[in-house]
Amino acid sequence: MQTWMISPVELDGLIQQWQKSYAVYVPALSKPATAATDCAPGWRRINAGEPWTLPVGPTPASVKSFYFPQPEILMTFHLEENHPDKGVMREPLKSHEMQVVLGVRPCDAASVLLNQLPFTEDPLFMAKCQRTALVGFTCTTRLSTCFCTEMGGSPHHCAGLDLALSPLQNGFLLEVLSEKGETLVAGCKLVPASESDLAVLADRRQGQGATSSYSSQLEVLKACALSRLYDAPMWQELGEACINCGACTFICPTCFCFDMQDEVVQGQGRRIRYWDSCMFPLYSQHTSGHNPRGKKLQRTRNRFLHKLKYFPDRFGPFSCVGCGRCIGDCPVNIDIREVLNDLVRRTELE
Amino acid sequence: MISYMPYPVRIDDIVVETEDGSLKTFTLAFEQERHQKAWQHVPGQFVMLSVAGAGEAPVGLASSPTEGERLLCTVNRAGLVTTALHQLKVGDRLGLRGPIGNGFPLDREMKGKNLVMIAGGFAVTILRAALMSVLARRQDYGRITFIYGARTPGMLLYHEELRQWAQRGDIDLYVTIDREAPGWAGLVGFVPTIAAQVAPPPTNSVALICGPPIMIKFTMPPLEAIGWTDDQVYLSLENRMKCGQGLCCHCNVGPTLVCKDGPVFTRAQVKRLPLEY
Repeated sequence: MQTWMISPVELDGLIQQWQKSYAVYVPALSKPATAATDCAPGWRRINAGEPWTLPVGPTPASVKSFYFPQPEILMTFHLEENHPDKGVMREPLKSHEMQVVLGVRPCDAASVLLNQLPFTEDPLFMAKCQRTALVGFTCTTRLSTCFCTEMGGSPHHCAGLDLALSPLQNGFLLEVLSEKGETLVAGCKLVPASESDLAVLADRRQGQGATSSYSSQLEVLKACALSRLYDAPMWQELGEACINCGACTFICPTCFCFDMQDEVVQGQGRRIRYWDSCMFPLYSQHTSGHNPRGKKLQRTRNRFLHKLKYFPDRFGPFSCVGCGRCIGDCPVNIDIREVLNDLVRRTELE
Repeated sequence: MISYMPYPVRIDDIVVETEDGSLKTFTLAFEQERHQKAWQHVPGQFVMLSVAGAGEAPVGLASSPTEGERLLCTVNRAGLVTTALHQLKVGDRLGLRGPIGNGFPLDREMKGKNLVMIAGGFAVTILRAALMSVLARRQDYGRITFIYGARTPGMLLYHEELRQWAQRGDIDLYVTIDREAPGWAGLVGFVPTIAAQVAPPPTNSVALICGPPIMIKFTMPPLEAIGWTDDQVYLSLENRMKCGQGLCCHCNVGPTLVCKDGPVFTRAQVKRLPLEY
């Protein structure tokens, strides 16, 4: 696909053009929970000409909520006495509005591809993939919590994006990566990237590849017998530290488990699905009261093993993109990189 | 494609099965013919029963596909959804999603074998489905041993079928209750004790065991003592679940999803899993 050179002014013009036919979202810089928009907490919809800022490193909220809204209405129903269709489930209204998410980092773009593995048969998720275009910016700054390279990604990767913008001294290299991306730049007069600009980008990507030897080390986890990892003594300490607050699971771009509940107000009901967390005791508790993961240790272990063992067992890659949000947000300073290191060491023991 | 939309079904009949009223069998009929026509299930599979406003709960199918179009679900009143279900009347509407899970391999690994079915409490529901299926093609299977225990005579399900099965002559039927009770002339003793006395040898046989974990735990040693192996024994796991389609992650036992990979596993498979069920 084509690569162009685009100046900041031209980019602004392009964004204003999109706003004529798309809903355009940018990162909200305040705390995600307080900047709730119509569908995606942590993101805000901007109007033509409205200024916006791209934070350094991963955006405060991941793009998960564009595909997997919190909550999502699965169906609606009536419970009024004498209603002819009392209790009949109806499909909810579907939005067909095309949306552009602007300011996506490579780690989050990778997370969308990972989430598509379990959700490939889920029509609600896939419908949102159809109507969402991701415009991303490759990273030039690595935060202390970033570890995308360790998870096989790169600050300069663009997999999962429709348009990728890589900052150069006098503007951005604009890579068009999909049909949706082509539609976004259709009709724009842009200057093709020069050989030397392309060389800079190639050089950045080349340089990153070398540091990912660690990611090949992690591959041993996939081949390791589950029992060896499951019975590791490290879970004891980790389970004691973890307070099961669930912050990591909500902030995580690739945690995707959900609960389903009915809500009824004045006879009108809806069945919703909403984010759940395997950190919570109720998550696995049977109606009888029996709880297969009744202990903190078991729940903490479940989260990490789901990401690093169960998900790869089923789908191939680790369910982690190395965005580091969980490291930054954990109230008791649990660091998934240390968990990874401990697990790798565990595989090396005879 | 995954779907969360239940089929509308109507309650055709309700039978209060037990003396304490905690178990009711619901006869369910599809409201729409196309749903009826498309429906196929095997014993051991389950459905999500949905009461609008209360939510969904997984329930094993108690009927065999050989019994006609109606579906039977015997439901224990335990939580929010099942309590709402127990308050419904004949003619009321509910939703049904499924069939979910793998079911017993009655047409595959189990065909031509001697079958030993061991049930404790209301877990007998899916073994009822299995037995009804087997009886419809009785010549495809060898000797059938059916061991079923409940706390009291009044807690036994399916009285009429138990009577019929006893009269057939081609089922070795052992129905037991935990303690002596007035008017009860049958077997007395816990399921593992009875199983130890009557279990046939394992040659060309498979066992289907459904019941509380403690019953399964104590039933295995006497079987093992006469040569039964773990890959001959089929169990059905239960875990809290929401989507029933392998997505919501609630029912995972380590890497295994009860809803999608199970609920039926051989004991050998279960032993390889972490103890999260």
